[in-house]
Amino acid sequence: MLIELSSLDLALAAILVLLLGVLSTLMKLGISRQLYIAAARTTVQLLLIGLVLKSLFASTSMAFILLIAFIMISVAGWEILSRQKRKLKGWWGFGVSTGSLFVSSFLITLLCLFTVIQADPWYSPQYAIPLLGMLLGNTMTGIALGMDRLIQNAWQQRPIIEQRLMLGQTADESISDIKREAMRAGMIPIINSMAAAGLVSLPGMMTGQILAGAAPVEAVKYQILIMFMITSGTGLGVISVLWLISKRLFDERERLCFKRLLK
Amino acid sequence: MGLSGASGSGKSLFLRALADLEEHDGDIVLDELNQLDIAAHLWRQKVALLSAETSWWFDTVAEHFTELSEKSLAGLGFSKDCMQWSIARLSSGEKQRLGLLRLLQNEPEVLLLDEPTANLDKHNTQLFEAFVMQYLEDKSACAIWVGHDHEQLKRVSPQRYAIVEGRLVNVD
Repeated sequence: MLIELSSLDLALAAILVLLLGVLSTLMKLGISRQLYIAAARTTVQLLLIGLVLKSLFASTSMAFILLIAFIMISVAGWEILSRQKRKLKGWWGFGVSTGSLFVSSFLITLLCLFTVIQADPWYSPQYAIPLLGMLLGNTMTGIALGMDRLIQNAWQQRPIIEQRLMLGQTADESISDIKREAMRAGMIPIINSMAAAGLVSLPGMMTGQILAGAAPVEAVKYQILIMFMITSGTGLGVISVLWLISKRLFDERERLCFKRLLK
Repeated sequence: MGLSGASGSGKSLFLRALADLEEHDGDIVLDELNQLDIAAHLWRQKVALLSAETSWWFDTVAEHFTELSEKSLAGLGFSKDCMQWSIARLSSGEKQRLGLLRLLQNEPEVLLLDEPTANLDKHNTQLFEAFVMQYLEDKSACAIWVGHDHEQLKRVSPQRYAIVEGRLVNVD
């Protein structure tokens, strides 16, 4: 039986977030505004989606489900971009982040729906939407981290990149170490989750299923599936982001081209 | 040739354009080979720029080199064990001299030297000059030497120019 949470319980947790914000302001860490906005958003967004989720799952229109998926991907792409300190100018920034989410989440979800789950119809929302949601939620973290690390490091290590170009290295070689570092940054969260699963953390979906009465082994199998999909999705997403951005950072004469970045 | 000019007159920018590190107008041609006809990194192996401040990205000196003879190390006043030195403890003068050795691994046909001896004492400046002259003679290569010391430019270069108000003028 689920123990019901009172508003007081939630208020207690909210106070903790508030305290963190105050602490950040006092220590001049500059994260409090972002923290408050994100906390408010999570409350409003979850309340709203909680209200419509039942009717959403009852929908049988493929066009509608695809529209929802499209909105989810665009929002995730937008969020990745808003976490960046420096980003590509114009449509490139949004294009690169949504494009990589499309590869990392949408295609992997499709693959999984057709080959593994095989629900009828394949777009059954109670499978398709949460699956896409879990993939997007996790891969966007990896992609945002990898992207941020690549651009920031390239910016800070400009003298080194140019030195390597002067020594006759190709654009690819000159940024290879920074790319490797960014790949690591993007993959660390999911590698942590896999390594800690079951020993340190009990993944939410599996725990929820077991609490709701599903057979433990079945729930575990689903969780493993999800973990592997998230991992490969994140990997593919980070790789495509690193590839696209590092191409974009150099012009056709293999010169660093920071004017393509927003200040 | 030797090249001088006031700070901010565009000497470094000029060298960077020759190495195709800076967007520029006009054509740059080396022995009938247009800069744009080969990949930029191959051009930079032929037309090598030694900037006033060299950068190092690995932890030790050796990791930045593929091959190095003891003779050329000695020519610039180093012994063989300098290869094990960590980058963090190099002085700016040592970085400059090792930077030259690192650049010459590509056996460039043109050397672009941007105030290369600014951080060197008198003895090492002499070693550096002699080393560069020997290289130019051995490989029949040429160099553009940017500096402020007119005595030095006279020693290393038969022709000397200055950038004055954006134009190249002969200063002899």
